[in-house]
Amino acid sequence: MAVLEILKAPDPRLRQPASEVTTFDDELRAFVDDLEETRLHGPGAVGIAAPQVDRLQRVVIVDCSHTRKPVPNHGHLVLINPEITEWEGHEIGREGCLSVPDYTGNVFRASRIRLTAQDLEGRHQEFDMEGYEARAVQHEIDHLDGLLFLDRVVSRRTDLFQRKTYRKAGEPAG
Amino acid sequence: MNDWYMLTLVGEDRPGIVAAVTQALYEQGMTLGEASMLRLGGNFTVMIMVGGAEDAGQIRQALAGVVERFGLRMHVDPMAGGLHQHLAPNVLVRVVGADRAGIVAQVTGRLAAAGMNILDLDSDVAGTAEQPIYVMQIAGISETPLEQLEEALQDLTQSGVDVTIEPVETLVG
Repeated sequence: MAVLEILKAPDPRLRQPASEVTTFDDELRAFVDDLEETRLHGPGAVGIAAPQVDRLQRVVIVDCSHTRKPVPNHGHLVLINPEITEWEGHEIGREGCLSVPDYTGNVFRASRIRLTAQDLEGRHQEFDMEGYEARAVQHEIDHLDGLLFLDRVVSRRTDLFQRKTYRKAGEPAG
Repeated sequence: MNDWYMLTLVGEDRPGIVAAVTQALYEQGMTLGEASMLRLGGNFTVMIMVGGAEDAGQIRQALAGVVERFGLRMHVDPMAGGLHQHLAPNVLVRVVGADRAGIVAQVTGRLAAAGMNILDLDSDVAGTAEQPIYVMQIAGISETPLEQLEEALQDLTQSGVDVTIEPVETLVG
């Protein structure tokens, strides 16, 4: 177990798309242990993605079971090759990032998502998520695509004007 | 050493003001910290942290031409504090209602009494001149439970102002 170094913006390595995981072995499991230790080492991160520690693979960890106010969640999740298959609704929420110290901003995310992913043994899973947990997963999957929440931050005045079409423009193509 | 100055500029809004101001500061070797530009009532308003100046007079001098050209009012003050002092809000209060005098004072007075520290306030009038709608968002930090904040604002809700209070949980990932 080890705490890994977290890449900080504007490191170009955070801007690269990560590749699919094809081998589910002890090395992957050891890496996920380190990734989890790294997540817990910082101040209160609910998620972390492999590219943040300079490993360009589609691996994220999300755990929304310890928020200040309880939110719907699926507990501690290791998501390998996660993919959002359905989106619904949108809402604004405040985000920060281990890779962007001392900055938070408002970001639109889908309110509800359907997610497919593999677990550490390579088994396929499916989740329906909403709200905060759905937001966390969208934030982490962005890392797998070389995106940061900074790419999606909206002006603090934006949510005065709730334009339904606004969300679509910022929607990822996938 | 703290060498930040707070620069305030106000005037009629026209394209190119921010570019001209920042270019003039850059040419004099000054740097920018945090900045916030807003249009208020059709006016250009900006507050900028400016660093690298020997004194306030140097900033005024650097901007004299731009201020003249765009007809701006300028104010420069030495300031305490600096970068990297962000606070994350944990409460968001939204107020919507028919516009009438005293809403801001009534809402913020009750929030202050309940122990809330306001970090950010946006207040605007929407609707039409005949039927103005007041819209306000307040982000802040409060150790007081939300229920108590709601209670503190309850009588306003009864007087025709919609007030919603929600927790802000900043997601770090």
